[in-house]
Amino acid sequence: MAHDHHDHDHGDDHGQEPPSDMALRVKALESLMVEKGLVDPAALDAIVDHFEHKVGPRNGARIVARAWTDPAYKARLLGDATAAIAELGYAGGQGEHMVVVENTPTVRNLVVCTLCSCYPWPVLGLPPVWYKSAPYRSRAVIDPRGVIAEFGAPPAEDVEVRVWDSTAEIRYLVLPERPAGTEGLDEDALAALVTRDGMIGTRPL
Amino acid sequence: MGGMANLGEIVIEPDEPVFHHTWEGRVHAMTMASPTRTNIDAGRHQRELIAGPEYLAMTYYEKWFRSLTELVVAHGLATPAEIADGRAAPGFQASTPGLSADAAAERLARRGSYLRDGPSPQFAEGDAVRARTLNPPGHTRLPRYVRGRLGVIAARRGAHVFPDSHAHGKGEDPRPLYTVRFTARELWGPDANPLDSVCLDLWEPYLERA
Repeated sequence: MAHDHHDHDHGDDHGQEPPSDMALRVKALESLMVEKGLVDPAALDAIVDHFEHKVGPRNGARIVARAWTDPAYKARLLGDATAAIAELGYAGGQGEHMVVVENTPTVRNLVVCTLCSCYPWPVLGLPPVWYKSAPYRSRAVIDPRGVIAEFGAPPAEDVEVRVWDSTAEIRYLVLPERPAGTEGLDEDALAALVTRDGMIGTRPL
Repeated sequence: MGGMANLGEIVIEPDEPVFHHTWEGRVHAMTMASPTRTNIDAGRHQRELIAGPEYLAMTYYEKWFRSLTELVVAHGLATPAEIADGRAAPGFQASTPGLSADAAAERLARRGSYLRDGPSPQFAEGDAVRARTLNPPGHTRLPRYVRGRLGVIAARRGAHVFPDSHAHGKGEDPRPLYTVRFTARELWGPDANPLDSVCLDLWEPYLERA
């Protein structure tokens, strides 16, 4: 397997170690597709750059922080999330139809895609490996309390757990509860507290 | 695979990079830029065609690579030998790439939609429905774990492109889409917490009035 090592290995072609079988096979495919004029390498660079630098959980964190500080924005976000998210400049594939679900002291929400790996790319970027893995996809619907517990903060028995299985093109974002003691913080400072897992619902803030 | 037992531990990696290897990003980008890209449902169906035991053993981007190479061959754009060599066989005619860097950036930020004009919804919020027991031979987005189960319409979402048609080149065939809430007890039995529920987004052909 190409992934026996999961340390940060962006060095496939930087000489620290011999290229893996997959690296060679993908390089061969890219060379061929470029030679045949099927893909433009500059377009590939632009797509990789988009996912590495333009989208990610920092986008979602800005939305959450705005919702915490601006009640009118929060109302728009819970009413028509796609439009409210676009107000902050975030839109694109895998974010066409957004729904935001709110955590409260009595409700915890958890997002999964049991069928594949659907995830709101414009606001969270690409999903982590665990989100795409068979263990998470199979267990999140049948044992959401156990899954959440593994992330470190199990819900109490009298807290309702709502799981959202993204089976269509609607993408879900959890609005986490604002942590106690953050009344004096501004929007930027609040956004820094918001985590990817908080917006998937696996771990409150 | 919702509800299946014993598929392994959830492994949480701190500070995970977007791509673990350079090649993963290239596979992602090639899949998006390739002329084999048709629609999202056909792409999902292509990855579902990987046999179960292999599917479970492959990483996410290994599946994408497998699907991309199969599509390139199926579209007659290259032979398996060319893909293995990384070089075109003599005498080929070069195409012009369909997606430039500028067009890629524009496409990634485009505000698309799967909403379409379509039939009026039969169900209203609060209606009791049962997920049909269906086992179509092709692509579907009706998970096995809700088939035959009772739920309640939680929201109407308008008419959306219907994957069971779209994945197979049979057009968008828009159908009303609903968010349907199932109690955890209905799905998993009396040991589930009575407060808990699972919501899924299901198209009208997956549902019947209960």
